[in-house]
Amino acid sequence: MARIGFERLAHGYGTGGYALKPMDMVWEDAGAYALLGPSGCGKTTLLNIVSGLLRPSEGRVVFDGAEVTDLPPERRNVAQVFQFPVVYDTMTVRENLAFPLRNRGVPAKAANARVEHVAALLGLTAMLDRRARNLGADDKQKISLGRGLVRDDVAVILFDEPLTVIDPHLKWELRSRLKELHRQVPVTMIYVTHDQTEALTFADRVVVMSEGEVVQVGTPEALFDRPAHTFVGHFIGSPGMNLLPCAVAGREAVLEGGARIALPRAYPALAGKVELGIRPEFATLAREGLPVSLRRVEDLGRRRIARVELAGRPFAATLPEGMPVPAEPCLALDLARLHVYADGRLAEGEA
Amino acid sequence: MSLRLDGLGLSAGGQAVLHPVTVELPPGLPNVLLGPTGAGKTTLLRLLAGLDRPTEGRIFAEGTEVTGLPPRRRSVAMVYQQFINYPSFTVYENIASPLRVARLPKAEIEARVQEAARLLRLGPYLQRRPLELSGGQQQRTAIARALVKRAALVLMDEPLANLDYKLREELREELPKLFAESGTVFVYATTEPAEALLLGGRVATLSEGRVTQFGMAGEVFRHPADLATARVFSDPPLNEAPARVQGGRVLLAGEVALPVAVSGLPEGPCTIGIRAHQLSLEPLPGAVPLAAEVRVAEVTGSESYVHLDVGGMNWVVLAPGVRRPEPHEAATVWLDPRRCLVFGADGRLAAEAALAEAA
Amino acid sequence: MAKPRDDRAWLLVLPVLALVAFSALIPVMTVVNYSVQDTFGNNQFFWNGTAWFKELLDPSTDLGGRFFDALWRTLLFSGLCLLIEIPLGIAVALCLPRKGWGVAASLVTLALPLLIPWNVVGTIWQVFARGDIGLLGAAVNGLGIDYNYARDPLAAWITVVAMDVWHWTSLVVLLCYAGLRAIPDAYYQAAKVDGAGAWAVFRAIQLPKMQRVLTIAVLLRFMDSFMIYTEPFVVTGGGPGNATTFLSIDLVKIALGQFDLGKAAAMSIVYNLIILTVCWVFYATTTRGQSEASR
Repeated sequence: MARIGFERLAHGYGTGGYALKPMDMVWEDAGAYALLGPSGCGKTTLLNIVSGLLRPSEGRVVFDGAEVTDLPPERRNVAQVFQFPVVYDTMTVRENLAFPLRNRGVPAKAANARVEHVAALLGLTAMLDRRARNLGADDKQKISLGRGLVRDDVAVILFDEPLTVIDPHLKWELRSRLKELHRQVPVTMIYVTHDQTEALTFADRVVVMSEGEVVQVGTPEALFDRPAHTFVGHFIGSPGMNLLPCAVAGREAVLEGGARIALPRAYPALAGKVELGIRPEFATLAREGLPVSLRRVEDLGRRRIARVELAGRPFAATLPEGMPVPAEPCLALDLARLHVYADGRLAEGEA
Repeated sequence: MSLRLDGLGLSAGGQAVLHPVTVELPPGLPNVLLGPTGAGKTTLLRLLAGLDRPTEGRIFAEGTEVTGLPPRRRSVAMVYQQFINYPSFTVYENIASPLRVARLPKAEIEARVQEAARLLRLGPYLQRRPLELSGGQQQRTAIARALVKRAALVLMDEPLANLDYKLREELREELPKLFAESGTVFVYATTEPAEALLLGGRVATLSEGRVTQFGMAGEVFRHPADLATARVFSDPPLNEAPARVQGGRVLLAGEVALPVAVSGLPEGPCTIGIRAHQLSLEPLPGAVPLAAEVRVAEVTGSESYVHLDVGGMNWVVLAPGVRRPEPHEAATVWLDPRRCLVFGADGRLAAEAALAEAA
Repeated sequence: MAKPRDDRAWLLVLPVLALVAFSALIPVMTVVNYSVQDTFGNNQFFWNGTAWFKELLDPSTDLGGRFFDALWRTLLFSGLCLLIEIPLGIAVALCLPRKGWGVAASLVTLALPLLIPWNVVGTIWQVFARGDIGLLGAAVNGLGIDYNYARDPLAAWITVVAMDVWHWTSLVVLLCYAGLRAIPDAYYQAAKVDGAGAWAVFRAIQLPKMQRVLTIAVLLRFMDSFMIYTEPFVVTGGGPGNATTFLSIDLVKIALGQFDLGKAAAMSIVYNLIILTVCWVFYATTTRGQSEASR
């Protein structure tokens, strides 16, 4: 078990550029964290710093108050599950699971008991004596995970996009099992992904990263309800948050076309690029409201998304269940859910 | 043009790899092959491309048989899951390569490349090399190269699988526009039900080497013809329960009767299927309550997937709002019979969800 | 279903068939022809049936005894070469750098012996190992060890084996290196996190992942060493006595030295069949193991 701290941590590439910009953060013991962001945002760099595969160029990494910045992976009590399943081909499932224990000189009897226990947790008991090479990708990922869980000293389990090569149906199975497992085995879990659904459903707290910087840390609902940055608004949600350039004065926003929208809070004078943000979930197509022109309707099976144009910009809205497409479509906005952003950052208003 | 498959099938060593399929693939809308890994999507694509020879059936392009023709002599282009470009060529040269092979006049090549680059928003990157681009741009280059040939048939094998989630979203939105603007037949293989719906065309669902249904995506999603189709076309997975028909009624385990009309279904075992978003944790008028135990809950921000153990079956319910019930907590799930699909012992759909249209 | 066929494609294969006929089929048939006949020169041939084969495979005859002696020598030579070159090749491949300028430098250096013509290799070692003027021979003698490959059978064997190791270990190294490079980084990272030491990494990851290239390396090295001729012929000429007279050298002695074309032909056919059989058995057992494992 471990509480992980980063103190003035940064990683630079010789030329002065940062792959990871300086940050301070603490991850609580036994928490489920997700690092979410597009390729190249620095999430894998951060993961490798936690595991010890990469030494940060600045700052310290602290596990439970003890500095581990210079310790190699094998001395950090971390386990890792990779994007492509890593199993030891020539070994059986049992030998694979026992491998980390054998390397640490655990007696065979104790090791076997641990292996049986972990196999039961992961539903691998029936295949313990089969060769690992012949199994499907999902079972191989379970083995990778099992090699981490089998050590009773393991403090952190790291997941590097572990579901990439898994079929959608098996993803559900594996993900929920992972989540159940986290309830039973109190270790810190860190899950790196570019897939918001995976990040939000897995983690208690999601760390959203962009261009080497942490832009927001929060619960799934906080990221959904109050994105601190337009990047978070866009990145979380499918489709992401609608952002409309506007001018804000007090309790009113004026869109480019001149349309006026009442705001739930009063805002001071804002500098820079001012945008109004609203999620498609809170903008529904209706018979009255802001007139828009309809471009296209996407049928997602369990809901429909109306792609419309508002003030000359594309805008995604919800077409309510059972409602026929209106002849003169308008937008009804849930005003309480509107947010104002100045230069990309959430502007705080006064109620 | 349009493409017609007439009893097209492939078997190897006496075993059917792809069961015979007869469908007509029109241009304009994408034709999506939906199924898990190993269902036969790539097999079918390879037959369409002419890379493999079918062991039975025929393929007609615009009424002309093309079954035995090698890929070179068919008008076909392919996009793969991996970003396949010539690394030493610039983006422009990559897109132009099939036209140069075809020895088109320079002016024509220039015009077509610029057109494809505009459609795929590659204009600013034409002089760069593929490896200097992001994954999304690399895959756009590969797609542009497939489009520029103006092939009668463009095959895409999970083209977005290796891209970031948000990039996928972007391209999913752009692709249907490209499809609509050309007279080409597009065949698009994917494992993801959501992608099949978003592309907004026809869907052929595949399961264990068999095309189980072919039709408009929304139609197939709401009215699956059999259990295999419903399973393939559900994300999260379809919630299922074994049941039996007795005295014209459907009985779930524990003698819970479902008021569903099942005329024509013989007495005996059947299967109930219902999707996650059609179940409820709150009482619904006309719904049947079932006792359950919480396994785990996943919160997406605005909704929650609650995984339940319902009498030994693993079910998942999509509930609005944020819910974090504790594991092993008792729960009640409400099953609306009008949203249930009833499948006979042979897997065929016996009773339709009456409210399928509504959601 | 009617498959449209284009049989004209076969025409394209004709030139290759003709070439193979001239380069392989006709010579082989000539050898087969010789093996069942006897000649006393003057281009006169007599039918001899399977007599040469019977004599060859009977160790109590003069020809048979000589054949089996040479066969054991050759097998011993191949065995020694494999035993040294394969482990040594793996070890060197493991020590090579994985990135940086060192990669190109070491690969080029390693490839050098492979580029030298075989008779030149023989000549180099003949001089190199000479007790009077050769760097190696003189140095060893200078240490007080009596070493003369022209007189002492053991010294001759050591010289010939050392020469083969020097010449061909690089090939094993290059093959193994290619196999090692194909292992994704994630495997090493996983092993690190699992606390595996260098030996465990070798046993659990590197060796299994090198299995395919090692099969090729063993096959190539067996075939080449089993057929070795030029280098030992240049260095020892098969001596001292018959100590390093391998099958190929003996074959040439019989065919060209004594002009016993029939015996030599029968011997080359058996020689060839041995190589084919050994390779086939080896290949069949290793690949069956692999296909079973991947089922």
